Order: sequence, then structure tokens, then C-alpha cells
Amino acid sequence: MRRRIITGIFLMTAAAAVLGFLTCLLKPKYMGDIVEGALIAEYYEETADHDVIFIGDCEVYENFSPITLWQDYGITSYIRGSAQQLIWQSYYLLEETLKYETPRVVVFNVLAMKYDEPQKEAYNRMTLDGMKWSMSKVRDIRASMTEEEHFIEYVIPLLRYHSRWSELTGDDWKYLFYRDKVSHNGYYMRVDTKPAGKFPKDKKLGNYQFGHRAYEYLDKITALCRDHDIQLILIKAPSVYPSWYDQWDEQMEEYAGKNQIRYINFLDLQKEVGLDFQTDTYDGGLHLNLSGAEKLTRYFGEILRDEYGLEGHRGDSRLEQIWEEKEAFYSRMKQEQEEDLKQYGYIRKFHEE
Amino acid sequence: MMDEIITILKNLHPDVDFETCDTLIDDGILDSFDIVSVIAEISQEFDIKIGAEHIVPENFNSAGALWELVCRLEDED
Amino acid sequence: MLFTSYEFLGFLLLLFFLYYIIPARHQWKLLLAAGYVFYAVSGWKNCLFILLTTGSTYILALRIDRIHREQAAYLKEHKKELSKEEKKSYKARNRSRQWRLLLTGLFMNFGILAVLKYTNFAIANVNALLSLTGSERQIGFVSFLLPLGISFYTFITMGYLIDVYRGKYPAETNPGKLALFVSFFPQLIQGPINRFDEMTETLFSEHRWNWQEISLGLERILWGFFKKLVIADRILVGVTTIVGDPETYDGIYVFVGMMFYALQLYADFTGGIDITVGIAQVLGIRVRENFIRPYFSKNIAEYWRRWHISLGAWFTEYIFYPVSVCQPMLKFSRFCKKHLGDHVGRRMPVYMASLAVWFTTGIWHGASWNFVVWGLLNGLIIILSQECEPLYDRFHRKFHVKDRFWYRLFQVVRTVLLMSSLRMLDCYRNVPLTFRMFGDMLIHSRLSQLFDGRLMSVGLTVSDYGVLAAGTVILTAVSLAGRKGSVRQQLAAGPAVVRCVLIYGLFLCTLIIGAYGVGYDSSQFIYNQF
Repeated sequence: MRRRIITGIFLMTAAAAVLGFLTCLLKPKYMGDIVEGALIAEYYEETADHDVIFIGDCEVYENFSPITLWQDYGITSYIRGSAQQLIWQSYYLLEETLKYETPRVVVFNVLAMKYDEPQKEAYNRMTLDGMKWSMSKVRDIRASMTEEEHFIEYVIPLLRYHSRWSELTGDDWKYLFYRDKVSHNGYYMRVDTKPAGKFPKDKKLGNYQFGHRAYEYLDKITALCRDHDIQLILIKAPSVYPSWYDQWDEQMEEYAGKNQIRYINFLDLQKEVGLDFQTDTYDGGLHLNLSGAEKLTRYFGEILRDEYGLEGHRGDSRLEQIWEEKEAFYSRMKQEQEEDLKQYGYIRKFHEE
Repeated sequence: MMDEIITILKNLHPDVDFETCDTLIDDGILDSFDIVSVIAEISQEFDIKIGAEHIVPENFNSAGALWELVCRLEDED
Repeated sequence: MLFTSYEFLGFLLLLFFLYYIIPARHQWKLLLAAGYVFYAVSGWKNCLFILLTTGSTYILALRIDRIHREQAAYLKEHKKELSKEEKKSYKARNRSRQWRLLLTGLFMNFGILAVLKYTNFAIANVNALLSLTGSERQIGFVSFLLPLGISFYTFITMGYLIDVYRGKYPAETNPGKLALFVSFFPQLIQGPINRFDEMTETLFSEHRWNWQEISLGLERILWGFFKKLVIADRILVGVTTIVGDPETYDGIYVFVGMMFYALQLYADFTGGIDITVGIAQVLGIRVRENFIRPYFSKNIAEYWRRWHISLGAWFTEYIFYPVSVCQPMLKFSRFCKKHLGDHVGRRMPVYMASLAVWFTTGIWHGASWNFVVWGLLNGLIIILSQECEPLYDRFHRKFHVKDRFWYRLFQVVRTVLLMSSLRMLDCYRNVPLTFRMFGDMLIHSRLSQLFDGRLMSVGLTVSDYGVLAAGTVILTAVSLAGRKGSVRQQLAAGPAVVRCVLIYGLFLCTLIIGAYGVGYDSSQFIYNQF
């Protein structure tokens, strides 16, 4: 009888191990040309607090460089950004981040106000899968799920990713149990350049009013920051496209005024920042490249120092040590990307055949 | 009486031993075609009405069972 | 609720758990509740229909049964006093009372089915007639939603009513038990069409935990999911693409679509039945088999004894025999014998009853002409092969090939091709189009067409084809092994390690390779809207 029980336990453990292995194998690794899915999870490796937390979509994680913020102002920051991050996802990410630390300033890019409903399942996954399990994640999933999704598919990833069995690549085996670092405190680096071209004219919308849900979550973000004594800054990054309508801008101005928070529209400050869309963008104006991001960060850093009193932490030996490593990684990646550009004319990692 | 039944059956399948066989339905010796033919002939021969509710293996598995069915129906009439 | 949905799996787990925890005498009540919960999820308004059918049948059956019992008691008591004529007329009076009750039940319940399912079909035909006569008027279509499993439970219930009328067994006095028989949820999706006397013992008795049976049942459920998710749901996109675009997919692709559909239908239907029978087995309930390796049949008649067996049995018992041996038919048969000869006369009842059965079979499958034509074609071919029997006999006497392996193989392949060809009416849903595509297939097929790239454009990738090929091999192997006896029993009799590894492997295959989830459109069981 005892032997039966032991065999039974052994078999169950083996069965569970096989399932665990398959889960690790079939989960997307985001180490190849689409690394955006790996961004969220990298936050948990941080060992020190941050003065500033950025939340939002690609307009934060491609346009601000925390390394520059540190180098020039000694301000520590992290960008908890992800692809097409929806406003409720930003809220729940912020709520979760506050369990780990309380920053002085939170920066939120308001482009996400235009999305009132769940959008694409693929983007949901890139934002949600990286989060550690918590009530925030549960609520986030429930708020984000599209019609075709089920909660249990988040709990048991195999149910969602099993279909990748026929699409496995070398990366899936290599990165079974670990991941490479791909971002710089959440910043996605691109050194290549593609000048901004022509974009289709702004479409006329039937209704410019931002949705109910979007305002609901913006209120929640505002309240959360207020409750924790955090300064909230709403921004609109300087992307030439997608269109940011004047009517939207007005609503954000109004909201900021009513709630006594700062709203900065960087689209109006391109000259002050010194942006040149012939050299400062890598995808024709949608997002800034390294050069553009550093310019924007320098400009913004001044605001943070002068108007928000962030004096920086240069001199703190522990932080110096931590950030030295980050700077090294930063320059390494910059060098590698620049070498690729020289040799091939494009960055191999992100180049689509 | 019983002989008439056996004659009718032999007309359909001359090489089957209807005197002793009692698995006519179970072994598939009589198919639905045969059953209908048997019923048509027997009901005419004995002037009885065999309804669909009587088409069960118990009544058709052997010539003897058929004979009992006929007797029962004759009595009721 | 679909079988292949998370909700259903959760529902099953909960049910299995509760079933073996509560006192055994309440198990059937739990099943009844589960059945209605399952049904309500598909739309609570539908519950009204199934309740109506159950309620009306309950009342009518009791009434009919009471007449049986009263008659038996009366005759016993007054055996000596009554003359033969008095007995006969008394019985006749009762019979006609029962007949009226039966008719009421049949009319009402088949009527509900007819209205809900066939109104649009009738309207379409009326409209066609109207336009033929040059009229501008067209009747608008209705949008009735079909209650889940209405074809199945209506037939199940009417079978019960007819059986009580025939005196086969007494009526059920407990309304809850009758309701359970009608609404037993595993049978609502794809059948089988159960018989009351076969179910009473197993459905209402107490069931103890029996690990042997439960594990066999779980394995069967897994096997059904494997067929459904790995094979049927995967190949479905290929079928719909080919059939939905007959212009592009002509020539040999008609054949490809035909064989894809044969595989898909088999995997989907038998998979669903596996799940049904497996669930019943876990609950300790025996349900009759609905399939016995149908693609191994050697001729069309045998095929219909192995495919959807419960439907064939229902039609045989309640349509074929009553029609073929009823008085009018026998009279007609005698008339034919007199005027057209013995040969024709003998065949009349059988052939006419057959056509009635096949017409009904066709229309049961779907409310459109392609199904009717399909049904009648099946019947026609069976009748033809019946007529050709003497020819076959002569051939076999001369050529002694009947028991040779390659001849039997030829018969099996011929039957598969024949049945799959007929099923094309299912695919193209349009009678003239089907015949046109069939002709095109015969005339314009070239092997080279398979290599022109269209094979990769139907929605299946190379890995999909690999999985389907392997899956077909597995299905065939298991079917072949099943000829000796239940494969699961064979496994259980062997070494436990082999059994565990194979079952776990099957589970992993279904989990990983199954065509479900985001990116796959979980399709309905084909027989679901019946």
C-alpha cells in the first residue's frame, strides 16, 4: 500500500514537472525582434527605489531615457511601459508598483485616453504576462480581457500558448529558464534613423469626448497619487503620428486644471526640446530614437529638478554602484547597435527579413 | 400449423434449419426484409394482425416462438 | 454549453465531485438538476419547450397506461361472462381511446419540432412556388431559435410514449425520473437516442465509487476530446474553405474536400459520442453505443448499422416496421402481388417503408432539399444493392473472392468513397451544385493539381497536415485494435506503466496540439442544432 502511494506521488510530480517544462518551453520569450513583451517583467529585478515612475505606452518607453536622467541629474527612474498599454493597465501597474516603492513623481502619457474598450489580445498579453501575480493583476486581467479570452488562460498559460508548438525557435529552447535584459530601466533603445515622412491627414471624428471608462481610470490614477503624496504629471509625447486632436488636448488641459496637476504637451515644445524629426526618430516620426530620447529627457529632467525639487542622488555610493552597471550596459548596447548600423545599415536584431 | 410457418420461412432461406435454430434474429439470419415478408405471409395465412409492437427478438428468434405468437394472437381474436 | 469549453469542463468536474459525495439515493436528482442547469445556460427560455414535451408525455403516458391496467383487471374479472365479440369490442374501444391519446402526444410534440425547425423550409418552398406562378408575393422568414437537442429529446420522448402505447412497459409514475430520462444532459448534444426500458435501471439506481469504471470513463472522455480538438477542429477550416469556394477548388480538390469532410465528420461525431458515453460511464450509467467502426463497413447497409446506430434503430422500430406491416400496406402488397407479380408484391412494403424512412432520415438531418435528396439517395442505393443481390451471388459463386483480404479491402474503400460522395450534399448544401462538382471531380481531376499550391491555401499549414496524417493513423490503429474488444480494457489489462504513459501522452497531445483557444474558432458540433 505504501509503495502505491509513493509511486502515485512520484508519478504526479513527474506529470506536473512535464507540464511545467512545457509551459516554460511554449511561452513566448520576447527575446527576438519583438522585445516589448519582456519589458514589464524586468522591473522586479530592481534593487533600489526610484524618484520617478513613468507609466504608459510606447510613447513613454521609447521616448525617455532613465540613464540620461541619472547621468545628467542624478534622478532615479523606471519606465513601467508596454505596447499599447491601456489606461486601466497603467492604473493597476501603478497600484502594484506602490507595493514595492513610493516614488516622488509619476508620469503618465495620456494617449491611452482614446481607448475606452479592450483592444488587442496580443498587446494584453505583452503587458499582463510579465506582471507578478497579485490582486492588481487579477483586476487588471478582468478589465483587459477581450471577448475571446478567458481568465483561466492567464492562470494556465499552456491553454493560450500551446499552439506555438509548431512555431518553436531556437530562442524558445535557449531562454527556457532565464531572460536577457532588453531594456534600460524600461527604455527601449534604438540608434537608427528614419526621417519623418508624410502622414495621412487627420480624420474627422464624430465624437471627440474621451470615454467614461478612460476618465474613471484617470480619476483613479489621480486619486492614487494624491493618497500617496505623489506628484502626478500628465504628458503627451512628441510623436508626429497617431494624431493628437486639439479637442483631446483641450480636455486634458481642462482635466489637469480641475485637478491641479501638470499637463505637458511636448508636441508644442519640439523647438524648446530641440527635436529634429529628420534625425531624432527611427520609424519616421512615430517614436524617437536614442538621440531624440536623450534630448527629451534632458529637457524634462530640468523641469523635474527645478519645479519638482528632485535634487538627485549623485554621491550615494550604493546607488552609484547600481547605476554604474546600468550605464555600462547602456553604452554597450549603444555601441553594438552603432556597429551594426555601420556594417549592415540596419540593426540585425530588429531587422525583418 | 407449425409446418406452415416452417414452409414460409424455408421459402426465404432454403438452407437454414428452422426446426432447431433459435437465434434467427440474434444471428442476423432473418433481416428486416425477411421479417416483413414473414409477417405479410403469416398474417394472411392465419388471418391475424401482427402489429409492429410484436416485432421483438423474443417472437422471431425461432419458428417455435413465431408459432406461439400466432397462437396468442388467434386466441385474442 | 459546448463540450469543448472551459465552462463545460468546470461543470463536469463539479458534477462528478458532488455526485460521489451526496447520498447515493439522491444521485439521479442531482443529474436532473444538472441537466436543467446545462440546458438553461443555452437559453432559459428553451427550458419551457423541454418541460412542455416532458410534461405532456408524462400525463398522456399515464393515461394510456391506466387504460391498459384497467382493461387487464376488467378482463380478468369478467373472463367467464363476456363473449368473444364483447371482449373484442371492449378492447377495440380502449385501443381507440389510447390511439387518440397517442396521436395527441405525437401531434403536439412533433408539431413543435416541425414548426421550430421546418417553418423556414416550408416558407422557402412556398416562395419558390409563388415565383414560379409569376406572383410577386413572398412570405417573410421567421427567426425561431432551435432549443438545444430538440430533435434528440423529441424522438427520445416520443419513443417512450409509443412504447407505453404498445404496452412494452408501464408508464413512469415519477415525473422527476421521466424528466431526467428526457433531459439527461450528455445525450442532448448529439444523442444517442436512448430507450426508456434500457435506461431505467442504470439511470435511477444508486452508484458507488468504482475506480475501474471511472478511469475507463475518463479515458473515453479524453479520447473524445482528442478526436474533437486535434483532428476535427483542425481540419474544419480546410473543409469550409474548399466547400465555400467551389470555383477555386475544383477538379481533384472536390475529392480532397470530400475526404476532409469524411474525416472531420467522423472525428467530430464519434468524438462527441465518446465524450457522452464516457461521462455516463464516470457516472456509472451505461449508454448504448452509437458507432461501431463505421468506416470499416463493407457495404452501405452495414454502414447504416454502424453509424448513428440509435437513429437507425429508432427509425426501424417506429417508422419502418409500422409502415411496412400496417394493414393498408399489407393490402396494397397483396394487390401488387395479384396484378404485378409476386416479386414486386413482396418488395412493395419494404421498399415503400424504406423510402419513408430515408426521406425522414434526410429531413431529420436538416431542413433543406439537399438533406432530403441525400436521404433518398441513401435509400435508393440500398434498394438497388438489394436488387442486385442475385448478380452478386452469381459473381461470388464464380470467383470465390469473398473472403480474400484484398476483396474485403476493396469493399471497405468502395463504401467509404460512396458514403463520402453522398455526404457532399451536406457540404455544398445545394443539390445542383453538388452534382456539378461531383461531375467536375470525375472529369477534371488531375494528380498534378495537388501540387499547384492550392493545398496550402485552405488554411492548413504543413504541421497541420502532419498532425492530421498522424491522427488518422492513430484513429485507424485504435479502431483496428478495437475489433478484439474495448481498447481501454485491453490497456487496463496490460502493464500499468504503459497505460499511464499512453494516457498521459494522449492528454498532452490534446492539450498542446488541440486546435482550440485564441486564434482557433471553436466550432460547434455538427449535430448540435438538432
